[in-house]
Amino acid sequence: MKKHNRRSLLKGGLVGGLLGAVGLSKKAHAAGSFEGYKDRYGMLVDLTRCVGCRSCEAACNKEQQLPAPDKPFDDFSVFDEIKLGQKRRTTEKAYTVVNKYEVEGHDRPVYRKIQCNHCNEPACLTSCFVNAYTKTPEGAVIYNSKVCVGCRTCMIACPFYIPAYSYSSVINPVVKKCIMCYDTRLKYGRPPACAEACPRETLTFGKREDLIYIARQRIKLNPEKYVDHLYGEREVGGTSWMYLSGVPFEEVGFDTHLGTEPIINYVKDFLTIVPMVLTIWPALFTGFHLLATRKDAKKKEEKSNV
Amino acid sequence: MKRLTVNGMSPVDSLFKEEGKILWTVKEKLLLGLSPLDYIAQAVRNPFNWVLAIIFAVGIPVLIGRFIFGLSWVTHSSYDYPWGLFLGWGLFVMVPLSASGFMLGTTVEVFGRKDFHSIERLALLNGLLGYLFAVIFLQVDLGQPWRLVYPMFVSLGPAAVLFLVAWHVATYLSVQVAELVPAFSEWAGWPVGKKFVKKIVLGLTVAGIILSTLHQGALGALFTYAPGKVHPLWFSAPFQWFHFFCSSIFAGLSMLIVVSTLCKTFLKWRCDDEFLENLDRQTLGLAKGCSLALITYFVIKVLAIAHDNDWHYLFTGWGQWFVFEMVVGVLVPLALYATAIRNDSARLARFAALLAVLGIALNRLNTALITFNWKLYQEIPHWREVVIVLTVYSAYIVTYRFVLYRLPILYSWKK
Repeated sequence: MKKHNRRSLLKGGLVGGLLGAVGLSKKAHAAGSFEGYKDRYGMLVDLTRCVGCRSCEAACNKEQQLPAPDKPFDDFSVFDEIKLGQKRRTTEKAYTVVNKYEVEGHDRPVYRKIQCNHCNEPACLTSCFVNAYTKTPEGAVIYNSKVCVGCRTCMIACPFYIPAYSYSSVINPVVKKCIMCYDTRLKYGRPPACAEACPRETLTFGKREDLIYIARQRIKLNPEKYVDHLYGEREVGGTSWMYLSGVPFEEVGFDTHLGTEPIINYVKDFLTIVPMVLTIWPALFTGFHLLATRKDAKKKEEKSNV
Repeated sequence: MKRLTVNGMSPVDSLFKEEGKILWTVKEKLLLGLSPLDYIAQAVRNPFNWVLAIIFAVGIPVLIGRFIFGLSWVTHSSYDYPWGLFLGWGLFVMVPLSASGFMLGTTVEVFGRKDFHSIERLALLNGLLGYLFAVIFLQVDLGQPWRLVYPMFVSLGPAAVLFLVAWHVATYLSVQVAELVPAFSEWAGWPVGKKFVKKIVLGLTVAGIILSTLHQGALGALFTYAPGKVHPLWFSAPFQWFHFFCSSIFAGLSMLIVVSTLCKTFLKWRCDDEFLENLDRQTLGLAKGCSLALITYFVIKVLAIAHDNDWHYLFTGWGQWFVFEMVVGVLVPLALYATAIRNDSARLARFAALLAVLGIALNRLNTALITFNWKLYQEIPHWREVVIVLTVYSAYIVTYRFVLYRLPILYSWKK
């Protein structure tokens, strides 16, 4: 059964708006308190535990049947790759990558795994005009390649620069990103392949609520080890993947300026004017027309009276 | 063509040949009343056609290659810059420059300013072709262009801004086709079409205003999905749609001035006296509209900076680039337009229009490409991407000219 959440309300409001009803604004205002699916899963990534072994990358590659990487997974020279000033990012061949950061005043390098963060309120989802994305009750943000037109607005919208696109495909280029192993694992309540492969328990899989509790406990018990922040708990409205770190987040490549508002909130200013324009403009401009041509109308009337 | 008209040739401008009441055939109308050999001869004589021929010779193979080898062959296949020149130029620049259709439709049909009648059809055509080619640019850019109708009928995502763009551009395209039916029906000798459109023209025009307000604004609103990716001076969530909408007003009108100037210069033989005699006065009329829109735009740009408290960015390198755009693309045209109106100088207004058009092109490219990902790195388009943009744009010019040569856009059809 389809749950009636805020997203479907928003859509309903906009369809209503298109039909000419002023319906969106109130519904949109209820947004701030969106809780999302209650029992959704998530992942807690503890950067203090990661040693950069790239097992997760290899497991992901195997599970998602991705093409072989350019360099094998035990080749650690990839950590030194810099393209256009950027460290490695997710690509059509890699749904997750681990990057290495040398942090000043920190005796060992910090490794950070990136992949789709599976937002509570995904920007890719709300920006997609063919509804190719779904946030499943299990928490994964999945993608339907059968309806994708290839406009790539989702890539514009993703604040984490995650979706990649198979540009080289001529017949069927599609968006490529982590789907939290939804089809093969998450659907059955099993942890994603990367979590299972991690030898250091860097990745903790579980209900998102429980993960927040665990993370809090870890910070509380080891305040000198962790930065007092759970990245992803509230960023852009909260994400299913959350991070704990021993060094300031901005020093290991996290964008710490994203804010806590879901991306869709920035778009609402525009969405709310849509029904207004649709309803007010016809009357307004027909009125202008009547005013502007009132002399002609008078003349006509006088003529017909003669 | 100039040479032919000097020698007494007069292009087709009515249903009948001068001698007696013999109808022109479609073929004759298409050839402007010339014999095929004469027609080819005049085309070959035109140096501009040689330039176009070179562009097409290089560009069409590259364009075909894009559909054989995929997007990665023509672009840098960037994951960080999913939108390149095809959309940056083809959508974000073409669409505001095509706002002239609804602007002049509103002026003439809604506000009853019949004195702008002789330039209205040019404005409508500029609008229609601009949109049509924006869609063609989009088709080049889409990963799966054959699925263009999916957002319309197959899988709907009505909460997305792009959904509005798609629907409104599509419906507005049909509105513009309808608005140009009169010109076509005169040319084709099909009076029913003109009569019918005349009846619904007010409805069409008002629909045009609604759809234009929304999709011009929606193009700006697309960037509100990417707060933080576009430089703050070019991005303001609450103002973005209004900036795009407001600037499309002077962009469309200025483009109309530019296009009418080109017509007056290079297509004089196709313009009738009514068009030529009224043009200076109309140019100044359009200039008034432009200067009002420009000052509004400038004020809301400053307001947006104040609203977001972005003042400190003005003193950075990006700030200088922003000031450059505002001065050259907004303030100077504004001052020139004002001077032109005061001194009754259509020439000066034409120069101002050119600057305003370039300014708006710079603004859209700045938002979509140059300041996009300002925290990452600058994407430089692949040369094949540039070639394709040039090719499609040349096809736009050729189509434009093809229609202007034939349909009664710049001249009135003789009964």
